[in-house]
Amino acid sequence: MSLLKQLKKQQQFCIKCLATIFIITAFIAWSFIHLGLNPFNIFSSDTSSNIIAYVGRFFSPDLSMPFLMKIGNGIFETLSISALATLLAAIISLGLALPNAGRFGPYAKSLTRFICNFLRSVPELVWATIMVLAVGLGPFAGTLALTLHTAGVLGRLFGETLENHSPLANRALIHSGSGKIAAFLYGTFPGIYPQLLSYTLYRWEMNIRMATILGFVGAGGLGQILFYELSLLREPKASTVIIAMLALVVVVDTISNKLRVEQLHSMG
Amino acid sequence: MLKLAQFEPWLLFNFENLEVIGNFLVQFFPPNHDEGFLWIVAGATIETLAIATAGVALAILIAVPLGLIISHSLSISRIGPGSDYLFSKLLRFSARFLMLVLRGIPEIVWALLLVRVFGLGPTAGVLAIAITYSGMLSKVYSEILESGNTLPSRALLVSGSGRIAAFLYGLLPSTAQELASYTIYRWECAIRASVVTGFVGAGGLGQLMDQSMKMLNGGEVSTILIVFFLLVLLADHLSLLIRKQLT
Repeated sequence: MSLLKQLKKQQQFCIKCLATIFIITAFIAWSFIHLGLNPFNIFSSDTSSNIIAYVGRFFSPDLSMPFLMKIGNGIFETLSISALATLLAAIISLGLALPNAGRFGPYAKSLTRFICNFLRSVPELVWATIMVLAVGLGPFAGTLALTLHTAGVLGRLFGETLENHSPLANRALIHSGSGKIAAFLYGTFPGIYPQLLSYTLYRWEMNIRMATILGFVGAGGLGQILFYELSLLREPKASTVIIAMLALVVVVDTISNKLRVEQLHSMG
Repeated sequence: MLKLAQFEPWLLFNFENLEVIGNFLVQFFPPNHDEGFLWIVAGATIETLAIATAGVALAILIAVPLGLIISHSLSISRIGPGSDYLFSKLLRFSARFLMLVLRGIPEIVWALLLVRVFGLGPTAGVLAIAITYSGMLSKVYSEILESGNTLPSRALLVSGSGRIAAFLYGLLPSTAQELASYTIYRWECAIRASVVTGFVGAGGLGQLMDQSMKMLNGGEVSTILIVFFLLVLLADHLSLLIRKQLT
């Protein structure tokens, strides 16, 4: 009987679904109209010849040795920006995690929560622009920008990990007379440490990607080289930088995928 | 590494720098709530929404065929050796490569390149989002199609139906909801992304924020940031609402 009912329900005309689909379609149509954008017009003969000429200029990447060295340097700069920022953020987040998990009372908790949310919701690029003002052009601004954003993200994640972790070991140590700090270090930390490490590595992966583009606002790394070359209309050099960016992202992606698969295997 | 990143914390406490940033941050309060400026911000917000929506709509158009091509669960050559085995292998490989390029290059780089073709404004932003998101969507579409129950489509393919029919009758009914909800989640991400692409001149809130930043107008920047938070919150709730409707 219930099966029959289900079948009937499925056959019923779903007005709600249709209405949703209609609203979504209307919204999409409105967007194109509002932007004055005709998708068929984008590739009219006029613009497409423009595009072909423009793209053609990218098809001879500059592979001269000195420039490749410069790009190599840029890649290392990008990597060190992201690594340093992730490390600093992880250290800051450890400090934020304790109050965030409510270890110092509810007021400290809501205050750190607010700080983390604020740090997290300002996009990296905005932080980078502000930091460029604060410390001048260069990779240090990028490092600071990534540190601030990542500290917000990791502070929240670390705090949640700490909250979800069972307090039994910690309590046992305290009841048997150990100090609070020792109890945290020996009772809680060993339990949450693998989780914290995996969050940190995950954020590092995201930060490498972010560090490649932070240079657009002058915060160092590959992005700055790309922005510079494009501003000088040197497309061959720009295309080399783009290839390097793509390669970096692909390598990082592959490594992290491999690691993830291995981790899954080792967990059984 | 410290040297490469030019790690110089004392720069933070340099007097001149402190003065510049201090003046800038002081202007953040109060946020600029001048009526004329608020109207400009409202216009930019709507433009951002439109850019994200149009971009994702175009991305779907590109992603659906790509996803169908590379999905293993719709592959006839997987069932047995066919006459055009090499051709389909080549096609699949090139589609995968195209996808990698589309999604491997960050949207802001696409926007920067496209701004030079289409000029400053939302067109470059829409296309940048369409390009990056078509790469992401097609990858996830093919994965969703492979992770579901592939037996019905396999049965259809083995008994001689075409690939499109096998997709429509064998795979789509069981995966439609997941596909739709992932697409809507991506729309939410596209709103954030379209603010970022605005920084290189591709329209919307980001472009406005970039202009205010360059003029060191803290009040305007803080207004735009507040609107940006509200927009992200709104998109979050809206996407939840739509996803609930679709279930």
